[in-house]
Amino acid sequence: MNLLKSIWKNKAAYLFIMPHFALFLTFFLIPVGWGMYLSLFDYSVFSQEFIGFDNYKEIFSDNLFWKALGNTFLYTFGVVPLWLGKALLVTVLIYPFRKGIRTFFKAMFYLPHVSSTVIIAMIWLWVFNPNFGLLNFFMESVGLDPVVWLGNKATALPSLIMMQVIMGGGSTIVLLSAAMSSIPEYLFEAAEIEGASSWQIFRKITVPLLKPTILYSLVMGTIANFQTFSNIYIMTEGGPEFSTLTVAYLVYETAFKNYYLGLASAMSMIMFVILVALALIQFKWLSSNVEY
Amino acid sequence: MNTMKMKRFSKKTVSLIILSILALLAFIPLYWMIVTAFKEPTLTMKFPPEIFPKNPTFQNFESLFQRRDLFRWTLNSVIVAGTVTITQIFLCAMAGYAIAKKRFPGSKIFFWIYISSMMIPKQVTIVPLYIMVANFGMVDSYGGLILPSIAAPFGVFLMRQFMLSLPNEIIDAARIDGAGEFRTFWKIILPMSKPALAVLGIFTFVGEWNSFLWPLIVTQSSKMKTLQAGLALIQEEVPMEYAYLMAGATFAAIPMIIVFLSFQKYFLRGVTVGAVK
Repeated sequence: MNLLKSIWKNKAAYLFIMPHFALFLTFFLIPVGWGMYLSLFDYSVFSQEFIGFDNYKEIFSDNLFWKALGNTFLYTFGVVPLWLGKALLVTVLIYPFRKGIRTFFKAMFYLPHVSSTVIIAMIWLWVFNPNFGLLNFFMESVGLDPVVWLGNKATALPSLIMMQVIMGGGSTIVLLSAAMSSIPEYLFEAAEIEGASSWQIFRKITVPLLKPTILYSLVMGTIANFQTFSNIYIMTEGGPEFSTLTVAYLVYETAFKNYYLGLASAMSMIMFVILVALALIQFKWLSSNVEY
Repeated sequence: MNTMKMKRFSKKTVSLIILSILALLAFIPLYWMIVTAFKEPTLTMKFPPEIFPKNPTFQNFESLFQRRDLFRWTLNSVIVAGTVTITQIFLCAMAGYAIAKKRFPGSKIFFWIYISSMMIPKQVTIVPLYIMVANFGMVDSYGGLILPSIAAPFGVFLMRQFMLSLPNEIIDAARIDGAGEFRTFWKIILPMSKPALAVLGIFTFVGEWNSFLWPLIVTQSSKMKTLQAGLALIQEEVPMEYAYLMAGATFAAIPMIIVFLSFQKYFLRGVTVGAVK
């Protein structure tokens, strides 16, 4: 009774929340729950039959899924450290300059970030072209042999990682720069007067004080790269020989090319569980070795 | 003293060189896109390539408009991104305000539902969402393109973070002066939240303009495609016509580059609003 009264007293608050929450419930929360439910069904064009955990069993015994999972891990752990390293390097290097120069570089690094992944993928498909592409032109001008970047199963995934690292990091640089400008300047000055090297300052002052922001970027970057889809769709369709097949692309293919919707839902659930686990590990690992 | 200055100077020079190389690496592909877009189609098959185009031409853009629904795709992108942005600004501001400033049964639960749902990958929702939208008969329609995007949780979280910092005294004062709930929101809260609303608006618009996975799945006819889905369609059909493809990419990229240059300060400051502090 008291609860009802209190709800009635606060009806304005519910009215404020409801318009968004109703949409959020319909087009987000219910689909998440329904996805879990669907993953227990053989759900395709011809059948809708409850099969318990058979989808999961099928996925775990499917070599292609393990291949895709391996690729996704390789891609994520290839991209995220390099891209975070690049963002940290740029942040530290632009810090001593005056505002105009800092803004110029931040804008330059941010620019690729406002172009869609589709556009970036299309450009790089052209850059990677083995016969007429810009990259092989550079290779030949420095006296190296041309490479079939995306057509070779040994170089395809590393090429995609390289592309992502070269184009990415813009928003992380902005984030890290903002965090860095809130570190009191005298800390750096004092360390410099004491004769600390740049590397020592970086390790002992910059990184520890930027830790919350680094952690945030690490978790967000892992989540984003683990879902890599558009690059694969535009550039390789998972090939050659499944060497660039990611889980996100496999989910898409299973659901919307082959119409195994239950199987695809089960895959996406596994993906979700892995992401939560990764985030928890990162939080634990980074907050356990905070040293000031 | 002098040597320290020298050291600092040379350090800055090395920094500038490294920064310029890294920035150029990211910039060259964008330059290459624009240069290729203005080349004669046959020139893309020339090796070594022309780094500076000698005879720029608009031919690729012309054939793009003649052969494709480019105008319609652009219109669709504007309609979808515009509607989602305006609706999100209002709905997220309202929901964020309630969660940040009101204590009511369930307020904590709402907050935790919103924040934890941000970790859920898109792949989890797209399959059931597609079945649902199909059941509503909204495949290949604006409703199907727009409604699921408005439901995204990030904006609510962003507004909640910002509105926590608004002083309670002003809200209380407005209430004591006799302003009703909605008047207070409209006349006091919204005007004070302008910077956060701008950030949310700009980021939503750019995000929606660039979004690909959902438009790819929910559209079927060429008439309903957004620019990104349309570009992917061209890429699939004529993968070797690079000049033509780069013209399409340039056409889709330029509006966002203009948005970026005009609202630069929001981009270069803005992303920090939602970050954990």
